[in-house]
Amino acid sequence: MPWISACEADEIDAEDVMRFDHDGHTYALYRSPDDKYYATDGLCTHEQVHLCDGLVMDNIIECPKHNGRFDYTTGAPKGAPVCVALKTYNVKVEAGMVMIEIA
Amino acid sequence: MARPHGMVIIGGGIAASRAANALRDGGWNGPITLVSDEMHVPYDRPPLSKSFVTDAPARAPYLTDIAALAAIDVNFISANAATRIDPKASTVWLSDGQSLPYEKLLIATGAQPRRLTLPGSESARVHYLRTIEDSLAISGQLKAGAHMIVIGGGFIGLEIACSARNLGARVTVIEGLPRILSRGVPHEIAQVVASRHRQEGVALHCNAKITHLVESDDAINVTLADGQTITGDLVVAGIGAQPATDLASNAGLAIENGIRVDSYLQTSDPDIFAAGDCVSFPLAAYENTRVRLESWRNAQDQGVVAAANMLGKQQAYEAIPWFWSDQYDLSLQIVGLRGAQDRSIRRDLGNDAFILFHLDPAGRLTGASGIGVGNAVARDIRLTEMLIAKGAKPPDEVLADGKASLKALLRQPG
Repeated sequence: MPWISACEADEIDAEDVMRFDHDGHTYALYRSPDDKYYATDGLCTHEQVHLCDGLVMDNIIECPKHNGRFDYTTGAPKGAPVCVALKTYNVKVEAGMVMIEIA
Repeated sequence: MARPHGMVIIGGGIAASRAANALRDGGWNGPITLVSDEMHVPYDRPPLSKSFVTDAPARAPYLTDIAALAAIDVNFISANAATRIDPKASTVWLSDGQSLPYEKLLIATGAQPRRLTLPGSESARVHYLRTIEDSLAISGQLKAGAHMIVIGGGFIGLEIACSARNLGARVTVIEGLPRILSRGVPHEIAQVVASRHRQEGVALHCNAKITHLVESDDAINVTLADGQTITGDLVVAGIGAQPATDLASNAGLAIENGIRVDSYLQTSDPDIFAAGDCVSFPLAAYENTRVRLESWRNAQDQGVVAAANMLGKQQAYEAIPWFWSDQYDLSLQIVGLRGAQDRSIRRDLGNDAFILFHLDPAGRLTGASGIGVGNAVARDIRLTEMLIAKGAKPPDEVLADGKASLKALLRQPG
């Protein structure tokens, strides 16, 4: 699977999320409070809302519309109304760039 | 121990649906019966003024399906209204004559659109919007070039106005008060909404009193007190809603602007709970001010909490009111409860998105209202909700600075 350079590592604040679009697909990139990077699909599995406008608290991203919650480190749903997991992607930081492995 | 009865839920919306799931998730192994007077499985209502209208023919916004209900062993009874509750016999009667004994009962009957009482308002060209059928009846007439007259500049009316414009219909909105959204939305935000509707070609008449409606062969005429008559193909009235309390009041349950429940969503009968648009409940974060909310999240969360309490879990419902409305590419979000004495502080977020924070005379954050493209205000509104729950008294300069982090404020001790 190809690795794509998504953004500079310091473009995302700690405990925050950023949108990344590539090849017609939307991803959400996260930087956790302990400075690890993660990536998931960018749209909520409930009603296709962009998660990048949501709130990150610890390892949870919350949908800005219906407050559905996911653990962005695993994609696991963490509260109604979401019940379908978010797809996650491998992420690494190389030379200050966040790289995402596009499946 | 044998449990001869079971849990009975009356309702066809999100509160009822979430409650059924929450009862199973909460470990209840006995019977669950879900009764709806509608012919559908429970469904989401927010799309009925928006995507379900504009994307027609769209799949109805069902929250579940027959197979999913069967999978959690919910006995689903549709198109069958609950007609009477006998609390002494712990039994609900349905319109087809069958009776359902219950161990605990949840009433989630929602609200009903308030109806016009003007002369001529019984016309078949006058519509209301609450159900899938209502939405279909309206969208079926929203052809390009049709003229829809909306009575009431509230959320339902403005959302359906937006959908109609998206479909190429002409739209006139008639509001009796000096401005739209006068209930609960600050002037500055209502102004943004109003000017957007005007930009999109909606004719907006405020301060307009309607005297009567007259149906003709192929139109409906709405006459205003100033003598002007507006001719359209259909009228949609969005003039508020009333809680569906008949069943509860006939059963002798306490009513106070809705079915009166305590913070556990328990009615005046200990075996009967109520949730969603039909209840009034005490808001713990606002000195137990009793409110009734017409809000998606409130209905969802109350369904879940009511289910927990039906199982004896003594879980208080301690939410901060939260509401959204989508019109065109704008989304408006409102959180909290603004007091009459509150002052406002504006926070600009770029791209014309802004939030007004509301603070009481003691400096405590009581609410916020924001508007912007997409979900531009969502994150700060959500953080505001958490700050309100914490009883925060944030400094004005932090609130006013769109770059200052509300999350940092939340994490400050105290």
